[in-house]
Amino acid sequence: MKTSKIIQIAWTGLTRNKLRSLLTMLGVIIGVAAVIVMVSVSAGTEASIEEQINSLGTNLVFVRSSFTRGGFGPGGPGGGGDSGGLTFDDATAIAENISGVEGVVVEQPSSQTVKAGNVTVESVSILGTTPDFPSVRDMEIATGRYFSQTEVDRTQKVAVLGASLAEELFGEGTAVGQVIAVGDIKVTVVGVFEARGLVGETDYDARIYIPITVVFDKLTPSFFARVRGDSVQLIYVETSADANQDNVILQIQLLLTKRHDVTLDEPDFTVTTQDDLIETQESTTAAFRSLLAWVAAVSLIVGGIGIMNIMLVSVTERTREIGIRQSIGATPNDIRWQFLTEAMLLSLAGGVLGVLTGIGGAYLYGAYGELRTVVLPSSILLAFTSAAAVGIFFGFYPANQAARLDPIEALRHE
Amino acid sequence: MTTIIQTHNLTKVYGMGDIQVRALDGVDVRIEENEFVAIMGPSGSGKSTLMNILGCLDRPTSGQYILAGENVSHLGKAQLAHIRNQRLGFIFQAYNLLARTTALENILLPLLYRQNGTHTDAEYREMALQALDSVGLADRAHHHPHELSGGQQQRVAIARALINDPVLILADEPTGNLDSHSSYEIMALLHELHDRGRTIVMVTHEDEIATHAGRVIRFRDGKIDTDVQNGHYVSPGKFAQQPAEAWT
Repeated sequence: MKTSKIIQIAWTGLTRNKLRSLLTMLGVIIGVAAVIVMVSVSAGTEASIEEQINSLGTNLVFVRSSFTRGGFGPGGPGGGGDSGGLTFDDATAIAENISGVEGVVVEQPSSQTVKAGNVTVESVSILGTTPDFPSVRDMEIATGRYFSQTEVDRTQKVAVLGASLAEELFGEGTAVGQVIAVGDIKVTVVGVFEARGLVGETDYDARIYIPITVVFDKLTPSFFARVRGDSVQLIYVETSADANQDNVILQIQLLLTKRHDVTLDEPDFTVTTQDDLIETQESTTAAFRSLLAWVAAVSLIVGGIGIMNIMLVSVTERTREIGIRQSIGATPNDIRWQFLTEAMLLSLAGGVLGVLTGIGGAYLYGAYGELRTVVLPSSILLAFTSAAAVGIFFGFYPANQAARLDPIEALRHE
Repeated sequence: MTTIIQTHNLTKVYGMGDIQVRALDGVDVRIEENEFVAIMGPSGSGKSTLMNILGCLDRPTSGQYILAGENVSHLGKAQLAHIRNQRLGFIFQAYNLLARTTALENILLPLLYRQNGTHTDAEYREMALQALDSVGLADRAHHHPHELSGGQQQRVAIARALINDPVLILADEPTGNLDSHSSYEIMALLHELHDRGRTIVMVTHEDEIATHAGRVIRFRDGKIDTDVQNGHYVSPGKFAQQPAEAWT
């Protein structure tokens, strides 16, 4: 029998009982939609984290204090250096001594009330940084300039404003040259950044950027921090594009172990690259994704069992129809193909509806939910082919049952 | 004259092990082209079993069945299906039309399963419409079975049986579910087919219906009891000396 005829027969069989066909497909629809939505959520999360990491800048190396060294560490009590982990001086030393370094940035966050004229903004986040900040973190100055090394060295009270903060404080007016109050001190605005937008959780435009030395001297929030002096959590090092990053990392490690009087085997800091971060991230999302894939696979199998169940009921219910078809010349193969095709059509139609539901669901979830979603074409393909495979696999048993019916028994069936 | 049906020692045994039922016990029957044969007998006499074997729905346990020159006794399921599709036409007591399928589509059904169809869909459709017209239901092509009377449904079934131009029409109590008026119409239609050269084998247990046939074969205990053609015995009845249930 021609394939088109088989499909025609199967289609007629399904459309005769539309509600049942729809309910049968539901399992596959949900399974396929679940695959697509879940994969899109995990892909979206991955993409936004990767974007966040890349938005930090390019060719970055992160030097992080790891606090493994206390007063009784390998250096012994008073074994040289201070026990506060990374310091601002470490950053300066990296900038001065290591070749292939484009810029070094340290950040010291704080939070203060900012006043300009009669406009007051509460708890503005303050970022104490160094002159290399705009180039290392890929920020563009809109008006004015960024502060210089001299200003940092001299603890000059100058500031650069984020775009939205500038607008909040001065509206359409000129910000550059104005004096604003940051906590207890007065600083002069020397520049305004271009709008950068929200990256991850951080709003770069609502911040105020001032020399890190000013933060250390005037704005360090607690007594504890004051005692710790100019210790920093994180040093951003931008390597030049043509430099060998591994080589730079080794130089930093050698320099810092010498300065901190520790060994390379037990350092009090870690050096990582953006690639390391992305890799770590990917290994977490890969685990997450394989979990989702299993959940989705289980739901597809459940959907397939639903199809098998209904097909078995259908074969029993339509025994007489099968008998009639056999009596007028349908071979066992014709009958087998009819029911197998019905199962495949059900799962394929379920697959199509599931793909549409999944794309729609992923879109809605991305638009109104908390997480970003990215629909991967590969997930559509995967969901669709597994739905078809499920249809064939779970359709086979009922189709065989139908094909094996004895025509005389089938005709006698009421 | 061509021989349509010829059986040799046709036997069908049901049951396994100790208890065996010989539903057909060595039946020899020969039916020529354009005969109209009624098969009668009490229930359990073997007439249904014979019809199933003649209709290629079942295979004999032993013996031979030659249909229009082809030995079909031991063909496989798929081959038997092809024989049913291309050589036989069935008329059932319960009409056996597919529900929720129009009269026209029901008639087209055998063509759907045809192995080597040489016609286009449109031509097949035209053939089906002609078949429907020949049973007087041209205006009911798009009606569903539940919209038709019993007699009309049976006429659709007859049209379906004719669509493949079968060498043999098998009618299993074709008027069993019908009132006398519809029964008369259906019998008239069968007569008409007979007059046009068709070979018909019909099971019935109504004597009145059987009188329409030129030849009446009566079964008893799995054997031919009497075989009477136009008032003459074709073969003497081999009345069974032993019961149908043999303890072995």
